[in-house]
Amino acid sequence: MTDAISSFGAVGRPVSIHTDGAAKARLKGRYRTETWFKWLGAGAVALAGLFLVLLLSTIVTQAIPALRQNYLTLPIDLSAAKVDPAKLDEVNYDAIAQEALAARFPDVTSRQDRRLLRGLISTGTGVFLRKDIAADPGMLGGTVDYAVPVDDFADLYLKGLLADVGSDEAISTSVTPSKTSGDIDLTFGDDAMLALARGRGATEGENGMLTLTSGASSLLVVFNGGTVKLTALWPGPSGTAVAKGTVIEALDSTAPAASGQAFLRVIDTPEASRKISDKEIVWLDTLKSAGQIESRFNSIFFFTGASREPELAGVWGAVVGSFLTMIVTLAIAFPIGVSAAIYLEEFAPKNRLTTIIEVNINNLAAVPSIVFGLLGLAVFLNFFGMPRSAPVVGGMVLALMTLPIIIIASRASLRAVPPSIREAALGIGASKAQTVFHHVLPLAMPGIMTGTILGMAHALGETAPLLMIGMVAFIVDIPGGFTDPATILPVQIFMWADFPEAGFQQKTSAAILILLLFLVIMNAIAVILRRRFERRW
Amino acid sequence: MVGYLVVLLLVLAAAAYWIGRTRAIASVNGDVARLHSLPGQHGMFLALFAAGPALLAILLWSLVTPGIESSIIADRFSSELSGMGIPQVEAFIRDARAMAFGGLVGFADPTKEAAAAVYKSVHTTSTWIIWAVALVLSASGFYWAYSRIAQAYRARHVVERVLRAFLIACSVVAILTTIGIVLSLIFESLRFFQQVPFYKFLFGTHWSPQSAFTGAGAEAGAVNQDIFGMVPLFAGTLLITLIAMLVAAPIGLMAAIYLSDYASKSVRAVAKPVLEILAGIPTVVYGFFAALTVAPYFRGIGESLGLNVASESALAAGVVMGIMIIPFVSSLSDDVINAVPQSLRDGSAGLGATKSETIRKVVLPAALPGIVSAMLLAVSRAIGETMIVVMAAGLAANLTANPLEAVTTVTVQIVTLLVGDQEFDSAKTLAAFALGLVLFCITLTLNIVALRVVQKYREQYD
Repeated sequence: MTDAISSFGAVGRPVSIHTDGAAKARLKGRYRTETWFKWLGAGAVALAGLFLVLLLSTIVTQAIPALRQNYLTLPIDLSAAKVDPAKLDEVNYDAIAQEALAARFPDVTSRQDRRLLRGLISTGTGVFLRKDIAADPGMLGGTVDYAVPVDDFADLYLKGLLADVGSDEAISTSVTPSKTSGDIDLTFGDDAMLALARGRGATEGENGMLTLTSGASSLLVVFNGGTVKLTALWPGPSGTAVAKGTVIEALDSTAPAASGQAFLRVIDTPEASRKISDKEIVWLDTLKSAGQIESRFNSIFFFTGASREPELAGVWGAVVGSFLTMIVTLAIAFPIGVSAAIYLEEFAPKNRLTTIIEVNINNLAAVPSIVFGLLGLAVFLNFFGMPRSAPVVGGMVLALMTLPIIIIASRASLRAVPPSIREAALGIGASKAQTVFHHVLPLAMPGIMTGTILGMAHALGETAPLLMIGMVAFIVDIPGGFTDPATILPVQIFMWADFPEAGFQQKTSAAILILLLFLVIMNAIAVILRRRFERRW
Repeated sequence: MVGYLVVLLLVLAAAAYWIGRTRAIASVNGDVARLHSLPGQHGMFLALFAAGPALLAILLWSLVTPGIESSIIADRFSSELSGMGIPQVEAFIRDARAMAFGGLVGFADPTKEAAAAVYKSVHTTSTWIIWAVALVLSASGFYWAYSRIAQAYRARHVVERVLRAFLIACSVVAILTTIGIVLSLIFESLRFFQQVPFYKFLFGTHWSPQSAFTGAGAEAGAVNQDIFGMVPLFAGTLLITLIAMLVAAPIGLMAAIYLSDYASKSVRAVAKPVLEILAGIPTVVYGFFAALTVAPYFRGIGESLGLNVASESALAAGVVMGIMIIPFVSSLSDDVINAVPQSLRDGSAGLGATKSETIRKVVLPAALPGIVSAMLLAVSRAIGETMIVVMAAGLAANLTANPLEAVTTVTVQIVTLLVGDQEFDSAKTLAAFALGLVLFCITLTLNIVALRVVQKYREQYD
């Protein structure tokens, strides 16, 4: 380094404080800071992008399973003995569907197991059946194959979200059962099963006894047309292993299964830490392998109202509620907002009142939305006695909230119309009102529309003020008018997010996806309007 | 019934427009140029007078009648209602109204049925009255305006004056909204402060309004004044806001700097929409994300580090709120940074400063008032934000500065106190309005200060 500088000096440039070693180090440091600063900025932008990707990907991956629903096809006996065509309203349709399911599993006899089995199909089955029979009386009179929605836990299991189930692996030794049903003993040809059970969290007891509690993985042995769940294992005589098990599906015979004829199915998630029992899993797997379970597009979710049962819950009621609310908001906020903007921009004299109005509008735009909810509660509900939970009140509250946004956007748009347009119109004898309504307003309209759509998109996603006016009520019916009790999409999301059932988590994400879809459409329209019609003067 | 009346009046207005127009043209035998006002303006004039007063009367009627009808019912049944409190009377009248209009009520008794019958007859009478009034107003307005239409009549002036009055009325809606907010908050808060002294509310450190009365059950006594201390709520709000700003301020500011001074056009074309999307996502979605993804994640990290993180920690709510505010900070800062004239940057570059030195030593100091104002607005927004904290923050009012613990905020408490069926005049629900008043004052002050900072310290370069 010193050499290099002195050689510089030799050429004739004196070494100064701008070129000496310290200066070079300083410069290097400054450039390093420069790069560092630049990357810090890029990092901030990237971080914001990362947050967005994380947020959207979380929601999309959670929402996808909710778009489909599993249906179980059952042969349902609708003969005159079961369903009297004259008394369709008095029939217990749920019981008919449950009988069909019970007939499918004849060896499920205990009261507890029967109840478990009934729980596999949705509690709304009877309602669907009744509706379909009313729509198509031709179903009556015989046995029909009818698809019923499965319960939410069964549905989640079938979608692979509730338990990790390994594939069936052949057991490379013989298996001999002692009985075909009840609690039985199984004798395995070798002791490989013992090591396997140990690896799956079995509890060690005396004399090499291994107990498979509900905290361990479930080991199911499938052979002879049945399924046995192992509960305990111990070493048998001469290198064999003996297991105690509970038969879940009855075996055909007590004949020993040869090596490779029996299969082992391991459910990794311990029974204690999942919400579906081994029995239900076995039944569902049997139904699935018999081709009785079918995954369909989830029309229940898209076209019905809310419900406490995840598999019956739909967003349509909330979508209709949102739509009604938005109509009210638009009908109030658009005319008032545009009129106010026209007055302030085109007619208003510069006086105290105008200044007060302007300051007011800017302040209103920054008032927290929940305060508008308090206003709605105190004024609309308590003072004017309007109905709770009604779209008309929600729409009015949101309109007051959106008003400043529309006024500010409309004013900007009106201001962008050049004065020459006004002067030309006034010059050929138009009145002030004619100038504004015939010339300025049409030219400002694209900008006003853009601002209005963005304001409406903002209102569509708003939740807090509507909680205040009771739109958080649990409403099953699809609202039919502006004064019917209704809920709206964001509030529905809020309510579902609070429900403890696991099935609702997917539903919530799917509802969020629908809400985001509406917002994307509205914003796209706004962008198109801006691109196509907005003129730069 | 009244809906038909409105439709009828609108049809009348359309007809009046046509009649007025025709009459105006006929008055000059088709020589339109001789009219003072255009035929259409005469039509508008006639339509306004035929339907306007009647529509105003209907508006007034629909605002006033529910109250009058209820008071008539309360008056007629005063002997039956004498033993009831205000909420029961309200419930009684609500049920009577529901029964009168064919709705369903929980349980009906003969008194209610009698009240419903009276209600129905009163309502029918008042509907007849409004029909009669509206039709008389409409007819007389039409007659008066029709007789006025003539060649020299200045219909345009009348129409434009009415139009201007309408425009002014629309602008005043903004003021009315503010007045409505202030009055309703103050009025309800005053009722609250009659029960709980305001110093106990403002400076108390214990908040648990769920046990609003001393004693329990039948022994419930007066309102317990010591459980409405809002200091823990305020502290919780500040803690979450602080965390949010720690996330949003550096990221938002650096993103704004990068986008305005470093980014190429193509980067900007991607990054700007990303920030706009982030800004357009509804807060309830952020809340869901905070409660179901971020909070368990932080809890998991805390567990692996041996820390005890509450499942509704202030950290999770604060961080997600920070993410929500990033685009807000960055777009405001972007405007401010772009407003610094290019000559300042050029001058700095001419002196040999690097870009980052220019930004840190010239642009940022010049833009400082604007940036401070942007941060204040962001704080005001964080304080008023509701859904994220409702879904991800706790309900229990802990007075703590530990971000790993659950805290609650002013907005969360407003929501918890007012959601669900509650008697409206208890101290508990009124407390929500007092909290709302505090919230409104804080955000208003922050906004005004933000505005003043810009006005006072902004440097005029051009």
